Amino acid sequence: MTYALAFDKLTLGYDRHPAVRHLDGEVADGSLTAVVGPNGAGKSTLLKGVTGVLRPLAGQVRFGTCARNDVAYLPQQSDIDRSFPISVVDLVAMGLWNEVGGFFGLRAAHRARVDEAISAVGLTGFAARSIGSLSGGQFQRALFARLLLQDARLVLLDEPFTAIDPKTMVDLLGVVRRWHGEGRTVIAVLHDAEAVRAHFPETLILARDLVAHGPTAKVLTAANQFRARQMCEACDGPPHDCGKRAS
Amino acid sequence: MWEFLVQPFAEFGFMRRALMGCVAISVGGTPVGVFLLLRRMSLTGDAMAHAILPGAAVGFLIAGFSLGAMTLGGLVAGMAVALLSGFVARATALREDASLAAFYLISLALGVLIVSTRGSNVDLMHVLFGTVLALDDAALILLCGIASVTLVALAFFFRPLVLECVDPQFLRAVSGLSAVTHFAFLALVVMNLVGGFHALGTLMAVGIMILPAAAARFWAATIGGLIAAAVAVAIASSVCGLLVSYHFGLPSGPAIILVAGVAYGMSLVFGPLGSLAAPLFRRRVNI
Repeated sequence: MTYALAFDKLTLGYDRHPAVRHLDGEVADGSLTAVVGPNGAGKSTLLKGVTGVLRPLAGQVRFGTCARNDVAYLPQQSDIDRSFPISVVDLVAMGLWNEVGGFFGLRAAHRARVDEAISAVGLTGFAARSIGSLSGGQFQRALFARLLLQDARLVLLDEPFTAIDPKTMVDLLGVVRRWHGEGRTVIAVLHDAEAVRAHFPETLILARDLVAHGPTAKVLTAANQFRARQMCEACDGPPHDCGKRAS
Repeated sequence: MWEFLVQPFAEFGFMRRALMGCVAISVGGTPVGVFLLLRRMSLTGDAMAHAILPGAAVGFLIAGFSLGAMTLGGLVAGMAVALLSGFVARATALREDASLAAFYLISLALGVLIVSTRGSNVDLMHVLFGTVLALDDAALILLCGIASVTLVALAFFFRPLVLECVDPQFLRAVSGLSAVTHFAFLALVVMNLVGGFHALGTLMAVGIMILPAAAARFWAATIGGLIAAAVAVAIASSVCGLLVSYHFGLPSGPAIILVAGVAYGMSLVFGPLGSLAAPLFRRRVNI
């Protein structure tokens, strides 16, 4: 099987405290994978490790079918400063970074693509609005428009459907399915098990260590979710207990 | 009216030089101040302004009131404190604001001590509050040079800098410019503080960067608008401050900063965006 991404004994963390430990596995090319697990399980950390924002403490991320710089990343909304005075169109246009770079201007063709992306996520008429004036759902749509422009082989989504209205979730799920249909690899951190079962064929359950990885129907079981919760609770105790109580 | 507004500048060379120096600081330093404000680093700017003092003082100790020595000393000290406080925050449990506060208090005390050992109280006042009415050609060239370098650097780094403010994770994911942008920005802050220090002193230099930027927040909603409004407020404060100091015999540096403070206060109350009076505006429009 060709893989988009492979993890070799990957350990990621902050200040030498591991948040993801000894992760092994492959993400198949063109797959649509949900990463689930309790709070503090290292889900967001894993995505940051793949983007390169966070360097591995040990092990490595290997890129297969997609290049290291062919990755689009949706951070959590809380990581973005929405009080900054920037318009929707400027935020979305940043998706063209890999083509335009940090220092050159946008050409007419670029501007047309930005407008197209904005209308594709249903934000027509909002282009000139400042990002601070958008609702949570509208802002998430703007971030998806930015992802559309990045046109990457690998798309990483960190809690894309948290705190947004149901209509927006349906629309954005449509965008995710479109990417999947185009053969892109999509990895999304999600909390809603129902949404995972309904829309994501593959699931990776994380509780700092890997709990399970495979087809959603097989992997996303009550037993695995319970085990993940137990492993995470064990990790919140003294370091030497970590993982022992669960086993 | 003519006599009140124009004659001081027409008649006295030192007033024209002071105005020129203040305009240069306004044009270069205020856009940096806008970014400091947007990155929630206003107090960091203040702390770094104080941190420049021992460097400038060592320059003073070695060469007296030498422009080159004090500038170089200030630049070295400012960058050292900026980098050291970042390092301490990363390597220890202390947060960056606390380590910066520690460094700047030490710097301030050290600076005052060094100036006092060699110079008089008057020298100390010059270093702390600046000598805007005594700017010579070399100082003016330095201030204009710093303003030019700042504008070119900001134009060059504008997009990465905006992205570093709005969504640093995204910038780190798409390019390796995050660290470069951060340090280039810190270098611009230090450079403008050193420039401002010659005119307004270490204690006041940050005022002309932050107060107009804070006032602009109530007038403009875009980054370009903020910068334009802030520069306009800074230049207007410089002109008014110098005139007030001339006509009423007050010290110039504090007069300029106080006028900028008045502009901030007025904006806070009457500005159209997010000020105390803004809800009244809106209600009237809706009716």
